[in-house]
Amino acid sequence: MAKPRQVVLSRSKGGTALIFIFLLLVSVFMMMPLYYSLIQALKPIDEIFIYPPRLYVTNPTFDNFVQVFTLTGTLSVPVTRYLFNSIFVTVVGTVAYLFIAAMSGYTLAKGKFRGVGTLYTVIVLALLFRPEVTAIPVYYIVSKMGLIDTYWALILTPLSGTSGVFLIRQFVLSAVPDATLEAARIDGASEFKIFRTIVIPSIKPAIMTVLVFTFQSLWNSAGTKQYIFSEDLKELPTALSTIAAGGLARAGAAAAVSVIMMIPPIAVFLWTQSSVMETMSHSGLK
Amino acid sequence: MANNSAEKLRKKNYAASQMPFIWMLAPFMLFFVVFTIAPILISIVFSFTDFNLITINNFVGVDNYVRMFLSDKIFMIALKNTLILAVVIGPIGFMLSFVLAWLINEVPKKLRALMTFFIYSPSLAANVYVIWQYIFSADSYGIINSLLLELGMITSPIAWHTDAKYSMTVVIVVSVWMSFSSGFLSFRAGFQSLDRAYFEAAAIDGLRNRWQELYYVTFPQMGPQLMYGAVMSISSAFATGAVSQTLTGFPSSGYSTHTWLLHVNDFALTRYEMGYASALAVVLFIVMVLSWLLIQKVLRRFMG
Repeated sequence: MAKPRQVVLSRSKGGTALIFIFLLLVSVFMMMPLYYSLIQALKPIDEIFIYPPRLYVTNPTFDNFVQVFTLTGTLSVPVTRYLFNSIFVTVVGTVAYLFIAAMSGYTLAKGKFRGVGTLYTVIVLALLFRPEVTAIPVYYIVSKMGLIDTYWALILTPLSGTSGVFLIRQFVLSAVPDATLEAARIDGASEFKIFRTIVIPSIKPAIMTVLVFTFQSLWNSAGTKQYIFSEDLKELPTALSTIAAGGLARAGAAAAVSVIMMIPPIAVFLWTQSSVMETMSHSGLK
Repeated sequence: MANNSAEKLRKKNYAASQMPFIWMLAPFMLFFVVFTIAPILISIVFSFTDFNLITINNFVGVDNYVRMFLSDKIFMIALKNTLILAVVIGPIGFMLSFVLAWLINEVPKKLRALMTFFIYSPSLAANVYVIWQYIFSADSYGIINSLLLELGMITSPIAWHTDAKYSMTVVIVVSVWMSFSSGFLSFRAGFQSLDRAYFEAAAIDGLRNRWQELYYVTFPQMGPQLMYGAVMSISSAFATGAVSQTLTGFPSSGYSTHTWLLHVNDFALTRYEMGYASALAVVLFIVMVLSWLLIQKVLRRFMG
């Protein structure tokens, strides 16, 4: 027997409809630049120059996407180079961070050595500092290490991020009971084996979530643009800004690049959305 | 004696049992110390010197801090703009994230995931904010300008990015658009995992309306998520700069959208005055930590 629903306060159908309409309006505002990019990217050049500007496209074409890959005037290296750099840095950086964050998140949740608690506090405090905020002193360190203008600067500096470590720690606390670990230890399994065979499989949703967040920040090269001066090491966001600065004549190409830029993170998010929700329900700070 | 050796053995076992953990933590700690802890410590040290990457650095005491507040007029503009943006992105973004997460919970289940995706999508496609450049384009081809022209509300296109009267508005609109980040997801997840039993008990106890339900039942359960959202809001509230730099240029006309972070970058990257730039950064760190402590206190009171 289902519980009687009447005890919970309910709202009239009209109220729900009103909320729905409001959310729809908000969604339109949120999606506008994405929608605008998409239609501009699909417009042939004559439609881009129609006045007043239209919010729809009559003769969709892939010309702008083709143009992006053949553009040479505005960019000193082909777009494929920026694309390669973005993919390379994002893939290598995400895989590396997943390993590091999973191991350290697990340790912070289950390690019993002195200082674990303090370290957790420091890591939560470090959540406050986005890479943009510490960019200058980090720049100084990166240059002292001789890593300016190398892929290393783009891949290594984001590995110090604490948000993934934090999310994995929270998830381990609720998904991996101590009793399971104890039982495995009594059976003689080594800590590394326990980590690989018990911990990793039970924290999959958290790993997927950290994958989405890391992927998205590396792909958008959040806070790392300043380390690179050589054009052939720069990533897609730089290409996008350069093309967009070209004004209306480059509107179609800029839109096409932004469409290329938004597809991977959106695809990854849609693929993992339920894992993300499951993980975020443990994201609370007590 | 026997007691003593047993103690030793226990200590040895303890150390042995913790060693694998230390190894698993080591890689992260290496990067965390080098790229997060060390930079903050270095900033503090530099902030008391006149380090400029060229000459030998001298200890100058609190000179940099005095200069910041007493003789740097442009910093005062940056400070004002940063506080305006921080309020919009911080408290307003935080509350909007909560309200939207709550409203999404009130629509039929099938639509929730879709709505969550719509509102979170700007964070996924973060660099697409560059496209606002075209939406707010200064000529009549910009969506906003053409709309206002067609409606007869203006007679000539507005230079949104460069006119000091409007550039801040542009930065604010785009910043609000970008402010639904992982804090928003945390709220959504929190609403999804609320315990129905509390609501039923409270309804029996005589809850009169939805507002009371929100205040007495929902808030206390969402406490931990609210704390996480607050950290995320503060972290983005003070990290403003990239949007204004891209959309309104650097330096913006009349420094109309100049921010604290852009001021730090200006002194460090173009004038090489690392000492002064570090002092600016250190005060920013302090302000961020203090806002966190304050908000933590306020939220703790809410959660009871």
